[in-house]
Amino acid sequence: MTVARFWRKIPHRYNLIGTHCTTCGEYYFPPRQMCPTCRRDGKIESYQFEGKGEVITYTVIHTAAKGYDNQVPYNLAIIKLNEGPSLTGQVICEPGELEIGTRVRPVFRKLGEESEKGMIYYGTKFVPE
Amino acid sequence: MRDVAIIGTGCTKFGELWDRSLRDLFVEAGVSAIVDAGIQGEEIDGLYMGNMSGGRFVEQEHVGSLIADYSGLASELHVPATRVEAACASGGLALRQGILAVASGYADIIVAAGGEKMTDVDLDTATDALAAAADREWEGIMGATFPGLYAMIARLHMHKYGTTSEQLAAVSVKNHHNGTMNPIAQFRNEITIDTVLRSNMVAEPLHMFDCSPISDGAAAVVLAPADVAKKYTDTPVYVKATTQASSPISLHDRADITTLDASVVAGQRAYKMAGLTPDDIDIVEVHDCFTIAEICAIEDLGFFKKGDGGRASEDGETAIGSSIPVNTSGGLKACGHPVGATGIKQAVVITEQLRGTAGKSQVDGAGIGMTHNVGGSGGTAVVHIFSRDR
Repeated sequence: MTVARFWRKIPHRYNLIGTHCTTCGEYYFPPRQMCPTCRRDGKIESYQFEGKGEVITYTVIHTAAKGYDNQVPYNLAIIKLNEGPSLTGQVICEPGELEIGTRVRPVFRKLGEESEKGMIYYGTKFVPE
Repeated sequence: MRDVAIIGTGCTKFGELWDRSLRDLFVEAGVSAIVDAGIQGEEIDGLYMGNMSGGRFVEQEHVGSLIADYSGLASELHVPATRVEAACASGGLALRQGILAVASGYADIIVAAGGEKMTDVDLDTATDALAAAADREWEGIMGATFPGLYAMIARLHMHKYGTTSEQLAAVSVKNHHNGTMNPIAQFRNEITIDTVLRSNMVAEPLHMFDCSPISDGAAAVVLAPADVAKKYTDTPVYVKATTQASSPISLHDRADITTLDASVVAGQRAYKMAGLTPDDIDIVEVHDCFTIAEICAIEDLGFFKKGDGGRASEDGETAIGSSIPVNTSGGLKACGHPVGATGIKQAVVITEQLRGTAGKSQVDGAGIGMTHNVGGSGGTAVVHIFSRDR
């Protein structure tokens, strides 16, 4: 992994800043510069999401990719934000606390790391409300 | 546009092939296909090669040149060679590019191949390389793995439709059974529902035996204009449809998490192109990278209604002998899943079935077959329909 790929989206990743198309009213997170509905007629502006939402589906990861293997088992979920869009994120809670429909709020956490001496990535995780 | 036919096929064994390199595998499959078609190197107008991640798995890019070279087609014949990439759909897409080249008239004889050498790296490197098929910046960095993404599909499928872990396991049991009849399969052993349910949890609710393996292997087909196909073989297999569809790369951006809408659309386009319906398909190879993926595929392609795929799998409605045998090769689960090879291997399997040379897994009277190859969690789907009769 390279450093810039994750650094350059720090404002979005740390603060849940997405985008909003003022032409059709749709909200996008992760941020999109091209509205899939309006395409070139779309007018895109930045939008700060509150970050609260609902778990649509989830899993508990037992076999992780490189840089995440020291965290297993961990909960991964698709969360539908109140404003509409869905995102993928980890939910920190006890097993059994997480169900489809669980309401969650965002927290700032370490996401992963390149290696013991490598870069640490930070971003948004979620906890039950 | 011209009609196109498959006039030869070749496939290596799939599995942990530590004594052979990526180039060895491609060359073995390609030469088998060329010999099967009875063509000479001078006749080949181009090569298309599906390969997802030579760079990550064996630190080799520029795979087109490498394989043309080691196939003996570069130094004097200078045959054009193009690598095609769409994650796990790379093979299906390479086949489609080859078909388009012949159909257009720009080329007459094309070799479409696919290969991957995945066991040269350790498991977490392989897991990370495969995770590159998802959105690295917004899924991968959050800790998503491929089993994790399909596990989230499975969880919601269970929640919405009452699909059970036993029904998921039934897919794996059936595919392992079919694999016992396939000489090239990575796994040729019977398993039980208990084998699946007692295996290690990878990403809940998916166990290790819900997941296709890490594999090495390659496959190839030779394509020719349908009008001249009988010059090369008595049993050409005709391409009735080649279609492809895109969908958002991230699972979280899909309208319905339990539907791979790229599969739905590629399927509908294929039925339209061939003038056929799901009822006309005698046999299908679907992309069962995970057991839930086969259940979604047989629903999304119209063989069973949404939500009924788990029950149908458990009730044997996808077994050899049923009205729609699914993955007679053992699928990705038992035959193995060298990602770039899979889409081509599916076409090899269907060609053998339509020729009537599929051995113990032969489906009696198979006349029309389909292949379904998916990239990532459904960002790309490629569908082909083949026919014994023109």
